[in-house]
Amino acid sequence: MLSNLWLLFAIPAASATILLLSGKRALKWGPWLGVIAPAISFVLGLIMFFQLRDLNPRVTEQNLWSFIPVGDLQVSFGLMFDPLTAVFVLLITGVGSLIHLYAVGYMAHDERRVTFFGYFNLFITAMLLLVLGNNYVMLYLGWEGVGLASYLLISFWYTRPSAATAGKKAFIMNRVGDAGFILAIFLMFAYLNTVNYGQVFERVGSLSANTMLILGLLLLLGACGKSGQFPLQAWLPDAMEGPTPVSALIHAATMVTAGVYVIARSNPVFSANTTLQLIVVSVGTITLLLGCIIGCAKDDIKRVLAWSTVSQIGYMFLGVGLGGGAYALAIIHLLAHGFFKANMFLGAGSVMHGMKDQVDIRRFGALSKYMKITWLTFMMGWLAIIGIPPLSGYFTKEPIIAAAFERGDWTSWLFGWAALLGALLTAFYMTRLFVLTFHGPKRWTEGQHPHESPPVMWIPLVFLAIGSVVAGYLMHTSVVDWLNPVFAGVENVPEYEPVMPHWLISVLGVAFAVLGAGLAWAIFGRGTALEPEPAGVVVTAARNNLYTDAFNEVVFEKPGRWLTRALVYVDNKGVDGVVNGLAALVGGGSGRMRRLQTGFVRSYALSMLLGGVLVLGALLAVRLG
Amino acid sequence: MKYLSLITVVPLIGALVVAFVPRSKPELAKLLTLAFSLVVFGLAVATWFAFDAGSKARLQLQESYTWIPAWDARFTFAVDGISLVMIALTALLVPIVVLASWKDLDNSGKRSVPAYFALILALEGTMIGTFTAADVLLFYVFFEVMLVPMYFLIGSFGQDVPTKQRQYAAVKFFLYSLVGGLIMLAAVIGLWVVGGKTFEWASLVNADMSTGVERWLFLGFFLAFAIKAPFFPFHTWLPDAGGAAPAGAAALLVGVMDKVGTFGILRYCLSLFPDASRYFAPLAIALSLVGIIYAALLAVGQNDLKRLISYTSIAHFGFIGIGIFAFTLQAGSGAVLYMVNHGLATGLLFLVVGMFVVRRGSTLVTDFGGAGKLVPLLAGVFFFAGMASLALPGLAPFVSEFLVLLGVFTVNQTVAVIATVGIILAACYVLWMIQRTTQGTLNPTLSTVDGMSRDISKREMVVVAPLIVLLLALGFYPKPVLDVINPAVEATLTEVQVVEAGK
Amino acid sequence: MTPMWYIVLSAILFSVGAVGVLIRRNAIVLFMCIELMLNAANLALVTFSRINGTLDGQIMAFFVMVVAAAEVVIGLAIIMLIFRTRRSASVDDANLLKY
Repeated sequence: MLSNLWLLFAIPAASATILLLSGKRALKWGPWLGVIAPAISFVLGLIMFFQLRDLNPRVTEQNLWSFIPVGDLQVSFGLMFDPLTAVFVLLITGVGSLIHLYAVGYMAHDERRVTFFGYFNLFITAMLLLVLGNNYVMLYLGWEGVGLASYLLISFWYTRPSAATAGKKAFIMNRVGDAGFILAIFLMFAYLNTVNYGQVFERVGSLSANTMLILGLLLLLGACGKSGQFPLQAWLPDAMEGPTPVSALIHAATMVTAGVYVIARSNPVFSANTTLQLIVVSVGTITLLLGCIIGCAKDDIKRVLAWSTVSQIGYMFLGVGLGGGAYALAIIHLLAHGFFKANMFLGAGSVMHGMKDQVDIRRFGALSKYMKITWLTFMMGWLAIIGIPPLSGYFTKEPIIAAAFERGDWTSWLFGWAALLGALLTAFYMTRLFVLTFHGPKRWTEGQHPHESPPVMWIPLVFLAIGSVVAGYLMHTSVVDWLNPVFAGVENVPEYEPVMPHWLISVLGVAFAVLGAGLAWAIFGRGTALEPEPAGVVVTAARNNLYTDAFNEVVFEKPGRWLTRALVYVDNKGVDGVVNGLAALVGGGSGRMRRLQTGFVRSYALSMLLGGVLVLGALLAVRLG
Repeated sequence: MKYLSLITVVPLIGALVVAFVPRSKPELAKLLTLAFSLVVFGLAVATWFAFDAGSKARLQLQESYTWIPAWDARFTFAVDGISLVMIALTALLVPIVVLASWKDLDNSGKRSVPAYFALILALEGTMIGTFTAADVLLFYVFFEVMLVPMYFLIGSFGQDVPTKQRQYAAVKFFLYSLVGGLIMLAAVIGLWVVGGKTFEWASLVNADMSTGVERWLFLGFFLAFAIKAPFFPFHTWLPDAGGAAPAGAAALLVGVMDKVGTFGILRYCLSLFPDASRYFAPLAIALSLVGIIYAALLAVGQNDLKRLISYTSIAHFGFIGIGIFAFTLQAGSGAVLYMVNHGLATGLLFLVVGMFVVRRGSTLVTDFGGAGKLVPLLAGVFFFAGMASLALPGLAPFVSEFLVLLGVFTVNQTVAVIATVGIILAACYVLWMIQRTTQGTLNPTLSTVDGMSRDISKREMVVVAPLIVLLLALGFYPKPVLDVINPAVEATLTEVQVVEAGK
Repeated sequence: MTPMWYIVLSAILFSVGAVGVLIRRNAIVLFMCIELMLNAANLALVTFSRINGTLDGQIMAFFVMVVAAAEVVIGLAIIMLIFRTRRSASVDDANLLKY
């Protein structure tokens, strides 16, 4: 099976092609084809996973065909399957299949649902290419492919201007990151003469510290764009304009974690430069706090979850930035997050399904009585994310916080406490979300009759909830051991003593989670106002995304618009004007000359005579002179 | 088999035949044109297989006939990998354009259908002539004669553009190109004088000339090609011409004819004047770089779809420009591949816009809005073409853009970084265009327009399908084309005497 | 008698004709002056033929005569038409063909 890696992405690719080409003809069977394709890939992935376990070393590569062969540059359409890829493949196809199944129910009444599943399968294809590639060009191929699928799915309801704009915003901000990424590829080729993972990591030691730093920063820029990290985080919350399954699959569980994958995959680059690591850690920390703070102030259920995603990916960046053993920790947090965040997004979708697409948490309340399954599954996700033992979040987030305390110098205190503060805030805003949605008094708008969703929607919820509960415990040793060989040289990283004892960090982590949750329950347990009330500076700023959107608009959009308008004017009047001016000059001159044609025959005769005399005179002058 | 003379002459004969079809029989003219263009396509395929990519010969399939013995000018035809792919592109695009323009003239009683299609065939013949010619004078003749059919196509057959604007565009196009062409004529004569009184390209390659003369002659050729390509700041004719020409002709104008400029730079400027090429490379790169950013910003600010696409092409030609003058194998091959891929992608984009324009009767972005609701399939094809234009990985233009930027990066990182900004801007203009035309709330006037109720027709599907398939195929498997291009680019770089030719 | 005098005469005749073309307005007179110039040229041609001892000049003279005859035919017709429409044979009156 391992020799047929291509089957993994070829099956969803074929399904996507069929769905996109058949359109309305496939209304009946199309969605189910869309579900089956990733499910087959999941089964194949599982088989390959077990086959990989018996290999030594645990890696297999195959080059399908020569992709871009020009001189020294020999890029092959090559695939690789190693422990890191394996867990991603299982996450993508496993969680992906569940979300596809859910979408069959969620999109049942949309007349373009076949197209939707076509795009969804396209996404799975691209995401699998991203993690399966054995070189950076293949990674980039999948990278932009998932960007495309994300764009198509965000603006799926393209007749809504807000959806169209959100899709465009996502694409363009991703492109900024992609520009960084592709420059990193150029840098690798220019200095290392290869773009293959293996060879790059072998030769990367020969780079000077500065070049290494630049290479890492460029990769980081790409990762930030895709993962919605500071300063390119603004597109992710807007991406919630897409259908909810999209938010769950792409903008929570899989695509947005691609940035973490890139950094983990490029670990020899990032581990080799401490400045680089410090920058990654800082980006992660800033983002996790930013996401928490804004998440506390949002009222749209999907946007709270979106900012929560931003913040959780911040934790993962913190993890991969810390390096050493923390790489694997970041990956298991990524996997656990894939479960509980997908679970909560789908739960939110289920709530919206029962509440006529209402998204404002101020307008929910008391839903626990009406949607028992959604409530219970959502509760598992909620407990998991805030890190209550023994749910998954506790086993995956707490080690990252502990690792942040182990940097060996004063920065341990800074990042460690920031991560703990993040845990407190996470507990607060997630509890606020949970309580306002499922408990307290009803604050519904007129004519709501909430009801539980159909089985096709709640069955995936149950699976994901089980995953949210047990995944952490199952993973926190076995998967870490499974992954560690990928992060070469991990054992050489100096171990620092944590600045606080381990048990204290664990206790503090849980205590903070309980504290945040209790605080939120106390404040919001009895409901809240129906409309946002005027608030202090901090809350207002958080409601406005800490003014990051406003910053983008003032610094990039407005000057950009002004510049293009000015340039259009310059091109029409200036560059084109010079040419047209020249033409006008010639035309004007000819106009003057035209006046010589008086119409008097005798003046023509005179000019002929003068001309003749002139020519004769010239001839004579030459002859005599 | 005399492939090259045949492939040059057949379309010209076709033009003559179609021109004599009476105006009362437009269908006959269309069928004849399609037949001739398909024959040419078949010849191009045959030429492709007759060409030996592994051969060491600089030019292949050479044929030579007497023309003007006194000047040692001959009808010499020969191709290398670069001209071969350009011929293939031309032969592929013309039948597609013919099919795309099938009904464009049906409702305009005044204009002659046979004349339109005869002009297209004449254009095809002359364009192929510029690629097959291996005699500088012969090349020059084709280069200039090419203008005539295009002049009439723009001036007489533009759709939905006021007559005055059309004629302005046609005259501007003609004058611009003519100025460049005449300067080139002077350089051609100069080359004849210093190059040993022959027009034979192969014997001029190693002509001995002083530095000063070489530089002037280079500039003479380069100016003509820079206007034709067009490079900043000689670009202002293209938006006018592209905006006024009928969509099919615009696809040929931008898709193929402009490539004659970049092709000329590779075949004539670089190979004939290697020292001067190296001397002027920074200038050419600077112009190209300005073009990339400047034209992309201008494209963002356009309200006319065809003008917008014309500006995007100027930006793309900037990429080709830096690729050519970076003098590395990757950048050079990337630039040539870019010429092909850009022809496919922008050709498709122009044709799809043409389909929109025929339905709506307007080229203005503001006259559309939410069109995806009415014509979802057409909007989908439009989106695909847009993605190809912004070089999405998986589609052909990505490979070429990647190669160009990568090749440039290895020699000049600043240039590559600035050019990379261009790919962000590309996303801006393409997505802006798509959003404003096909997405968002439906423009109320749009649903009242009769044509907008018809989605893509069978004929139009046949038009776009080969382009879509090729863009995808070359996006994942560009090797067949790269294998043809690589040796020619390597030979060119050897002629420019760049030390790192093999890199 | 040297052929020189023929040349001088030819020059004088030509000058008279040229001045006539420049200063007279009547189309008929103008026409006759042009004839005078043509014939001055003929005289010069024949003289040179004599000086050089070849026949080229004389052949040319015949050509000029033929041309002059043709010119007279067309020219007079034009003048007549102008006179009919304008009741004037002055060349200054016929100045419509201008910028």
